[in-house]
Amino acid sequence: MNDLYEQQRAMRAMRQAALQRGVISILDVGTSKIGCLVLRFDGPDHFRESDGIGAMAGQSAFRVIGAATTRSRGVRFGEIEAMQETERAIRTAVQAAQKMANVRVDHVIACFSGGNPRSYGLAGAVDLQGSTVTEHDVARVLASCDTPDFGDGREVLHAQPVNFAVDHRSGLGDPRGQNGNRLSVDMHLLTADSGVIRNLLYCIKRCDLELAGIANSAYVSGVSSLVEDEQELGAACIDLGGGSTSISIFMKKHMIFADSVRLGGDHVTQDISKGLQVPLATAERIKTFYGGVVATGMDDREMIEIGGDTGDWEHDRRQVSRAELIGIMRPRVEEILEEVRDRLDAAGFDHLPSQQIVLTGGASQIPGLDGLAPKILGQQVRLGRPLRVQGLPQAATGAAFAASVGLCLFAAHPQDEWWDFDIPAESYPARSLKRAVKWFKDNW
Amino acid sequence: MQPLSALRPADMPRRDPAPSRAAYKMHRLLLTPVFRALFRVGLPALILATMAGWFMSNPDNREALKGALTDARRTIEERPEFTVKLMAIEGASPAVDQAIREMLPVNFPVSSFDLDLEVMQSEVASLDVVKRADVRIRPGGVLEIHLVERAPAVIWRSETGLELLDETGHRVASLTARSGRSDLALLAGQGAQDAVPEAMALLAAGSPILDHLRGLVRVGERRWDLVLERGQRILLPEENPVGALEQVIALDQAQDLLMRDIITVDMRNPMRPTLRIAPPAVSELRRIRGLERGGL
Repeated sequence: MNDLYEQQRAMRAMRQAALQRGVISILDVGTSKIGCLVLRFDGPDHFRESDGIGAMAGQSAFRVIGAATTRSRGVRFGEIEAMQETERAIRTAVQAAQKMANVRVDHVIACFSGGNPRSYGLAGAVDLQGSTVTEHDVARVLASCDTPDFGDGREVLHAQPVNFAVDHRSGLGDPRGQNGNRLSVDMHLLTADSGVIRNLLYCIKRCDLELAGIANSAYVSGVSSLVEDEQELGAACIDLGGGSTSISIFMKKHMIFADSVRLGGDHVTQDISKGLQVPLATAERIKTFYGGVVATGMDDREMIEIGGDTGDWEHDRRQVSRAELIGIMRPRVEEILEEVRDRLDAAGFDHLPSQQIVLTGGASQIPGLDGLAPKILGQQVRLGRPLRVQGLPQAATGAAFAASVGLCLFAAHPQDEWWDFDIPAESYPARSLKRAVKWFKDNW
Repeated sequence: MQPLSALRPADMPRRDPAPSRAAYKMHRLLLTPVFRALFRVGLPALILATMAGWFMSNPDNREALKGALTDARRTIEERPEFTVKLMAIEGASPAVDQAIREMLPVNFPVSSFDLDLEVMQSEVASLDVVKRADVRIRPGGVLEIHLVERAPAVIWRSETGLELLDETGHRVASLTARSGRSDLALLAGQGAQDAVPEAMALLAAGSPILDHLRGLVRVGERRWDLVLERGQRILLPEENPVGALEQVIALDQAQDLLMRDIITVDMRNPMRPTLRIAPPAVSELRRIRGLERGGL
């Protein structure tokens, strides 16, 4: 755990260096596209003190000065499968963004959706040394959380203190200065496969970039797509991506749960490809132009040329009706949403006071999804688009860029995580006592 | 029918849109501020410097460049705005005017760039008669020399001849005959020319006896003798000669001292003025004293 702490601290230091340079880039490694945005920081902003427990990581205003996306290669289910291919794709995106920004970027903050993210709720409590809570007490209580056994080959991505309680007063955002006897904390821990993280690190390193932070895309798309009161009152963000669908639940402006379903828009494309016997590229085109999930009578008469390149006249002049296409797409979309529903139920989402669900991500743009989703997920479903950030090109404001925009916000205004607090100095007294004993032994 | 020779799109090697590792690194390198400055400023400057150096390394080019520069300079210098057509000398007597015109051999018209005014000024100022000289080029192409001449104050008789000196003792001109400037006092003796201010003070103080004055003689390069008519001399001390002279003049005005038959008034020790009486007067004095004593 200490190792992780140091690693994350190093990334925070890198982020500080990038903030001083004023330029940082964010990299969204997705299954269908890789997006790179270059941000320029305009110095410390008048950030809100009420967020989290103060501003440990430092905040800043920013604007997007470079943006580029490229088709992703070598990524499946949000995990890197072919390192060389992914490295090339990252290089393409980074170079194009650099070219647009006309500035060289050295620091990058990345997000990915794969790696089987798993959430853990941690609790810790300590007796206060004095009568008021100090920063040192906060660090001690964070360190006192008993780490669950999340297994080998897993690494912690996020460890955010969600709630502080002093004695029996709970729901404190910032406990510093409170009077009491006992401080307890609830922490949300998100882990992912370390192999997936290592692959991503390796690819970024191969592109001569320094990693200044890493985030889970479920978290960052929730940050960008949920409006403030949804984050405060409780809501779930479903990021329907290409290879995987990420779920994050927010409450009191903190993520309290994240998960991912390894199904996405690419599976819909595969179904079309198999069902209509067309190549994947054609299937993707047909999906984006004519796709839908709710069939009407009109759709029976709307014929779609599906084309072909075999030289066989009959084969190359095939037509399907839009109703047939919808008949292929709908079961898969329903399957994805049902899987999401299962995960939400497993997380106990139906016990939350607010049942708001926000759909975002590229696959949320399927026409008719806003009619289908309430049937499976409940009545309070809306389609979300990411927040508008300054300087972002119009082409990158769609729902598919929810994770990219969220990562911008994460880069500029990160929530305080466990490693933003100092290591508690608890081990020091024992060690110094040992040293004193050793000194006595050595000299007498 | 499909042509057999044509490559179908699927057969053609698809171009990889990703930049190669080298291209990516090069692009990043060119985006670093140092390199951008180098390529925007450093490289063009280097190319220009190299071209200039190559051009100048050829002696023919260098000569041609120098010639072109000289020509350009010449055409500007020879414009009528810079031509000096005549010389005007102000404040000089005709003889000095002539001398200066002979001394400065300028062939008019000439460009003002070719005139070295400082040298001309020092040349003109080196004349003894010139106290101050200003040389300038007046608009309209006139070389103007403004002079202040030295006024002769005394005549100095040296071993070589008579010379006119101004009140500071600076030489003004030579004089062929004393009668040429009979209005000026005559100085003589070794070192007289170095003590002209003192002599001028004595002359000013001795204005009542100026009619009788023949000249001033410097004795031993330290003090003055006033030589009057009839060979009379007034020997003045080194210190405060003017006071001594005023004492003598006061005596003269009270008792007609100098009208008497006296050869020398010796004031070298102002506490003890001494008179030397001429020999006939001495014998006369003795006779009178004998009469007084003997009662004859």
